Amino acid sequence: MSAERGTGNRTDVLAAGWRTRLRWPRAWRSPLGILGAVIAVAWVLVAFTASWWVPFEPNAQVLPRLQEPGVDTLLGTDGTGRDIFSRLMTGATVTIPLALMLVVAAMVIGTVVGAVAGYFGRWIDETLMRITDLVMAFPTVILAMVVAASLGPSLFNAVIAAIVVSWPQYARVTRSLVLGLRGQNYVIAGRLLGRSPLKSLTVDILPNIVGPMLVLATLDIGAAILLLSGLSFLGLGAQPPTAEWGSMISSAIQNFDAWWLGVFPGLAILTVVAAFNFLGDALRDILDPTAEVARENQADRTSSATGAAA
Amino acid sequence: MTGVLTIDELTVDIGRPLVKGVSLDLHPGRIHGLAGESGSGKTLTSLAVLGLLPRQATTGGSVRLGDTELLRMGRRELNRIRGRRIAMVFQDPSSALHPQLTVGHQLTDHVRTHLGLNRSDARDHAVEMLERVAVPNAADALGRYPHQFSGGQRQRICIAIALACDPDVLLADEPTTALDVTVQAGILQLLRDLATERELAVLLVTHDLGVMSAIADDVAVMRDGRIVEAADRATIFAAPQHDYTRGLLAALPGSRLETGTHLEEDGA
Amino acid sequence: MSTGTTSAGTAGPRTRTRRARSPLARYLLRRAGTSVLLLIGVTIVTFTLTNLVPGDPVSAALGEGAAQNPETREAFIRSRGLDQPFVVQYFLYMGNLLRGDLGTSLVTGRAVTTDLATAVPATVEIAIAAIVVSLAVSIVLGTLAAYRRGLVADQVVRVVTLVGLSVPTFWLALVSFYLFFLQLRIAPGSGRISPSITPPPRVTGFYTIDYLLNGDGVGFLDAAAHLALPVLVLSLVTIGLLTRFIRTSVLEVLASDYVRAARAKGVSGARVVLDYVLRGASLPILTVVGVAFGALLSGTVLVESVFSWPGLGTYAYNSASNLDLPGIMGVGLVVGVIYLVINFIVDLLYGVLDPRVRLA
Ligand SMILES: Nc1ncnc2c1ncn2[C@@H]1O[C@H](COP(=O)(O)OP(=O)(O)OP(=O)(O)O)[C@@H](O)[C@H]1O
Ligand SMILES: [Mg+2]
Repeated sequence: MSAERGTGNRTDVLAAGWRTRLRWPRAWRSPLGILGAVIAVAWVLVAFTASWWVPFEPNAQVLPRLQEPGVDTLLGTDGTGRDIFSRLMTGATVTIPLALMLVVAAMVIGTVVGAVAGYFGRWIDETLMRITDLVMAFPTVILAMVVAASLGPSLFNAVIAAIVVSWPQYARVTRSLVLGLRGQNYVIAGRLLGRSPLKSLTVDILPNIVGPMLVLATLDIGAAILLLSGLSFLGLGAQPPTAEWGSMISSAIQNFDAWWLGVFPGLAILTVVAAFNFLGDALRDILDPTAEVARENQADRTSSATGAAA
Repeated sequence: MTGVLTIDELTVDIGRPLVKGVSLDLHPGRIHGLAGESGSGKTLTSLAVLGLLPRQATTGGSVRLGDTELLRMGRRELNRIRGRRIAMVFQDPSSALHPQLTVGHQLTDHVRTHLGLNRSDARDHAVEMLERVAVPNAADALGRYPHQFSGGQRQRICIAIALACDPDVLLADEPTTALDVTVQAGILQLLRDLATERELAVLLVTHDLGVMSAIADDVAVMRDGRIVEAADRATIFAAPQHDYTRGLLAALPGSRLETGTHLEEDGA
Repeated sequence: MSTGTTSAGTAGPRTRTRRARSPLARYLLRRAGTSVLLLIGVTIVTFTLTNLVPGDPVSAALGEGAAQNPETREAFIRSRGLDQPFVVQYFLYMGNLLRGDLGTSLVTGRAVTTDLATAVPATVEIAIAAIVVSLAVSIVLGTLAAYRRGLVADQVVRVVTLVGLSVPTFWLALVSFYLFFLQLRIAPGSGRISPSITPPPRVTGFYTIDYLLNGDGVGFLDAAAHLALPVLVLSLVTIGLLTRFIRTSVLEVLASDYVRAARAKGVSGARVVLDYVLRGASLPILTVVGVAFGALLSGTVLVESVFSWPGLGTYAYNSASNLDLPGIMGVGLVVGVIYLVINFIVDLLYGVLDPRVRLA
């Protein structure tokens, strides 16, 4: 009798599982996750407001050159008398929106490719996955570098290059999730009710993929920022005089004595990326069935299943 | 009379109470059956004896081997008991053996630490053990890997591993559940024979009252972390006291009882 | 090729009843097939990418001044076949490739094969060293975190690895160069060896090994010292990648019946870790190490540029930023080959580590 109850409610339990896993308060139990969320939100706020309140024009060469960090200029000035603090905050307005944009673009492309491959299978799957493998065979920075160089060095092209190298991981994960879901009873039932493949994919399958994709995307924001600033560091992204962290570090090489030129932009990158990584890691724990909270989830699920049956 | 292993008012708590005061007495040469529905705490009870519960678990009551208290024993001391004086056989032999280690390795490593045998003596001993549990080509089998054996053979190997250091107590947690029905009888027969021949006290955990009636000398029935009924086999099967036990017995197809009896006569 | 196919064809039906249906030859054949396809794919991707260019490879190669001169320009275009249609150029390139000719680099003026022959070992030397270092560290950290799951040590390891994944490699390279070379003076400067030292006679292309083969202790120490800083910088990111994964794998193994069974046997804790747990986790770890190697090659591009390391990353950067078509194609091919070699090694090791694969 209890066994019967278990199988009869499998889809309910599955759906309940996703709901439970996405319940927010549990994310707040992870101090690292909270710390990450706070720092990430702070940086995003900076990214969208910095132009209103930075003390100096980021490109205004109005201050004494190579001034050490102090009271007038919080983080010092660079070789042409620009205020590092202002440039640093402006750097957030450059990098963060672009990184968010590119992650969303890569996620959409990858999810569509992976879902189509997984759902339709056969030669479509084979072709799409071989292309995915091909892109994944290249180390990201090398491929992005070639793309960016081919298109011509500019920040916009660096973003394109980053999208080109970032979508395959979403395709991979989506595909495997779709493969698992395709055989579920409720999906088959949907098809029997006369849903078209497209409808079945969007209505029955995609909603179940959103959670894992968001976690992957959160974890990917950090990587996107690292890639963008890396390309700029190599001179293939933002061009001078744009206040961008990677290129600020790159120009700091010319003047090793003024340590503040390079250290602060690096710390900026480090804190933003770490914030998103902490956040993503906490989210992953919530969604990952092998993680610490899995047992609690399981208990929740069994109790909700029993509750539903009672 | 007190047995070789005495479990007294054992409790296990993992976030919530799961075993709520279990008492059992195991005696040399006797098989003590422990039945009960899924989730009633049978496995936790046997894991508690060997100190194999997850870290966050807390225990109460007492588990004594002879005069030694096991529950509050240090890791190092406990390792001298595990495998040496109390051994365990698990439900699923295909996951209880390490897939990447040879049978010989898994059959000798604890023998060498516990009994201080050298490599070749341990090997000879292992061959003997495999022969005793009737694994074909014993000498050859040592160099092979678990996936090269059948399910029944794997469980025989697990039993050989468990008994290699000649323990006093064997905890067998549903040793036949994962096996084919045709293979089950052979494994049970082997356990019955070994218990008698080695003066081994066996705790046999099982869902299957048919199995129980076939080879157990004493039977205890667990439900929700407690023992609801305990007696020798004849009493339980003739006059079950508890409603729950009666339910279990009613669900039992009559034929199983008969095969059981038949099997037992074979063993004796 | 065709003989291989027939032999596999006949071998099939005869052994069908047995489990061992795919002999090594068949596996290798399939492997070779997919490898060739992948390499062709790589050349197509790289070739297309580099021909998308709005940029002008001619002026990039000749310099703005010389490119203005129509005659020079004309001659250059003709000599490189740049006036042919795109597809023809591709087949010209592939024809040369089959003869082992990757063309001449527009940047260095040397044969691309010659350039790659020095650049590839320089990078592979760093990459291997970094993989060894990070694997050793992450096995310790990951196992520790798994055993201490949820406790302080686990949290500390988690923070360290997440921060490791968040540090911009190029910045860390600069900071450590500044700190250990310019300030503390305990690290040697950039490059593979000090200027005062002559490179070893070339055998493997790995300076450390070549010095050793030559019996040159001083050279070896110098090369190893130059290797240390880039390797440590690269390792930090890889440690971040691997530790988290190893922790998960070890946790999975710790929950397995066979570890519980090993404990129930009274095998000592250290034995359980070494013989049972790590062996059980070795297969997933192996897979992720293969993936991490790719990430490591990404890192080398950035690290090499800071340490003036004459490796594949530097070469790729110079080729890409100068639109040096033969150079970029060469890099693409080498990267593809490295990817295949790593996957092949991973597969081989799988067989070594897992008897179910080896004896199937
Ligand atoms: N590590 C654990 N953490 C939390 N709860 C656990 C843990 N292990 C077991 N439990 C719970 O303890 C109860 C008893 O489990 P146990 O494994 O002892 O049951 P059992 O009687 O052996 O059942 P079965 O016949 O299915 O094997 C179950 O409700 C189970 O959910
Ligand atoms: Mg159990």
